[in-house]
Amino acid sequence: MANQPIKSKIVKLETKIDGFDHISIGGLPKGRTTLLSGTAGSAKTVFAIQFLVEGIRANGSGGVFVTFEESPPDIKLNTEGFGWEISEWEIEGKFAFVDASPQIGVETIVSGEYDFGALIARVEHAVKKTQATRVSLDSLSAIFNQFKDDQIVRRELFRLVGALKTLGVTSIITAERTQEYGAIGRYGVEEFVADNVIILRNVLEDEKRRRTMEILKYRGTSHQKGEWPFTIMPDKGIVVIPLSAIELGQKSSNIRISSGVSELDEMCGGGFFRDSVILVSGATGTGKTLMSTHFIAGGTAKMERCLLFAFEESREQLFRNANGWGVDFEKMENDGVLKVEARYPETANLEDHLLNIQRVIDEFKPMRVAVDSLSALERVSTIKGFREFVIGLTSFIKHREITGFLTSTTTSLMGGTSITEGHISTITDSIILLRYVEMYGEMQRGVTILKMRGSMHDKSIRQFSIDGKGMHVGKTFRNVVGILAGNPQHVDNNEEIQRMDGLFSDDK
Amino acid sequence: MKYLLKLFLTGQSETSRRAVENLKTILETHLSDQYELDIVDTLDDPESATADGIIATPTLIKDLPPPLRKVIGDFSDSEKVLFGLGLVALDEDQETTDT
Repeated sequence: MANQPIKSKIVKLETKIDGFDHISIGGLPKGRTTLLSGTAGSAKTVFAIQFLVEGIRANGSGGVFVTFEESPPDIKLNTEGFGWEISEWEIEGKFAFVDASPQIGVETIVSGEYDFGALIARVEHAVKKTQATRVSLDSLSAIFNQFKDDQIVRRELFRLVGALKTLGVTSIITAERTQEYGAIGRYGVEEFVADNVIILRNVLEDEKRRRTMEILKYRGTSHQKGEWPFTIMPDKGIVVIPLSAIELGQKSSNIRISSGVSELDEMCGGGFFRDSVILVSGATGTGKTLMSTHFIAGGTAKMERCLLFAFEESREQLFRNANGWGVDFEKMENDGVLKVEARYPETANLEDHLLNIQRVIDEFKPMRVAVDSLSALERVSTIKGFREFVIGLTSFIKHREITGFLTSTTTSLMGGTSITEGHISTITDSIILLRYVEMYGEMQRGVTILKMRGSMHDKSIRQFSIDGKGMHVGKTFRNVVGILAGNPQHVDNNEEIQRMDGLFSDDK
Repeated sequence: MKYLLKLFLTGQSETSRRAVENLKTILETHLSDQYELDIVDTLDDPESATADGIIATPTLIKDLPPPLRKVIGDFSDSEKVLFGLGLVALDEDQETTDT
């Protein structure tokens, strides 16, 4: 018993900041101080206040905000838009400011040694008065600016952090850094002040701003690695987008559902799987919107709720198109089995689009979701941001155990791949390609199932036509090679056989 | 005219004791009985420290005569304290700005 090591288990405090508890595997280390470092404008103060706000909202636990920089009235004004009723909570005794911001017009002269005894006494008093369990200090850099003697400031910061530990509160200290990638803080002491370090970034990439959060260090406990995108919602504050941290714990189901086109169901070996994500790729006009329409009609025919996100066409266009193929979207919406959300990609950044899609899915609770097209969203994001979006979206759809139908427009008319496909093809369960095929001076359309996870499928490239009733899949293209590569060539059978033979010849 | 002064300390520390001693010497020498000194322990009265925006201790506040000034430290540098009280101008800087 004597030689048993003392194992102090670090418990975490759920912050209730959307998504953060997920990437931090349970929240902030309880009873400890976490350093929150970031450049100017990286939302450190918002995070620091929101941490307190969510505590009050979740279980009424008090919060103390120690400010070295902005005055309390300014802070309240700046965060008013988030709907945080700080003034009311102050009256109710749940929220307290410790105002250590510089006093304008008061000259301070230094004569000898001093300490931060008064500050510590004030923080302790505020914590007791509000019965606070959460404390935020904003910011370290400002206190170094206020007191010129770095050595004293350092020593006193350690004392302050020690006092917070004794009080048993979970705390955040913000620190300003000058570069997005580089030293954690300006004064070289920041990371030693706290056991835990979180970095907020606001990087300019391809002329687009991208906010990310990274947990750099959690002493003695685990967290998710890497940078996680986050956004600041006007009515909510910070929302971290956990993306692939969403566990893929979904059960693979063997239930088949109809694609809405019977020939296509046959090609897939009996239809799509219930909880799978299908990617349809093709050039503009090859029939992707048509296939989404069939996919939805196939669901609503069985009274399954369907949700369509359109990023390329307006509602009116979509409804007109559907009518042209004999599908009545309007009636479906009136019957409550369909919801069409048409948005222009540029109306929001990708993080906000993802959050909106997730919110609508959770509200409408569909069995089928179609996104037409996913590639339209490439426009509003960086390559990295887009990849994260795709991962986030597909894992969310799988998590909800519904069927996702995503379309992607290829950049070249005759085929080829898009960025979307590169990012998504390994995540999706099925890939369907639509291609133009030039046959004897006429453009025809071809469809093939490239991949169908967990099932046998038709490997041929089938010709299909579109009329007033939609899509009709016909015969296999014969005597044509190079369709998928976007370079169809007619061959007679002999030539093809010779070519195939050539592939396996030994004397290469 | 009387000087209205307030001294903030934290507990009965060695720094607190030294600060009171240094300050009293300076005040007795330069202001004799022309001052009122109110001593506040922030541990007993954190609300007062809040009202005056005190962070560091010891802090001396000169409420009157104006302008309001703060001197922080253990008052071991009596020149600085006298400047804070407005009893002397502070060396070269002060003069160069005037010329």
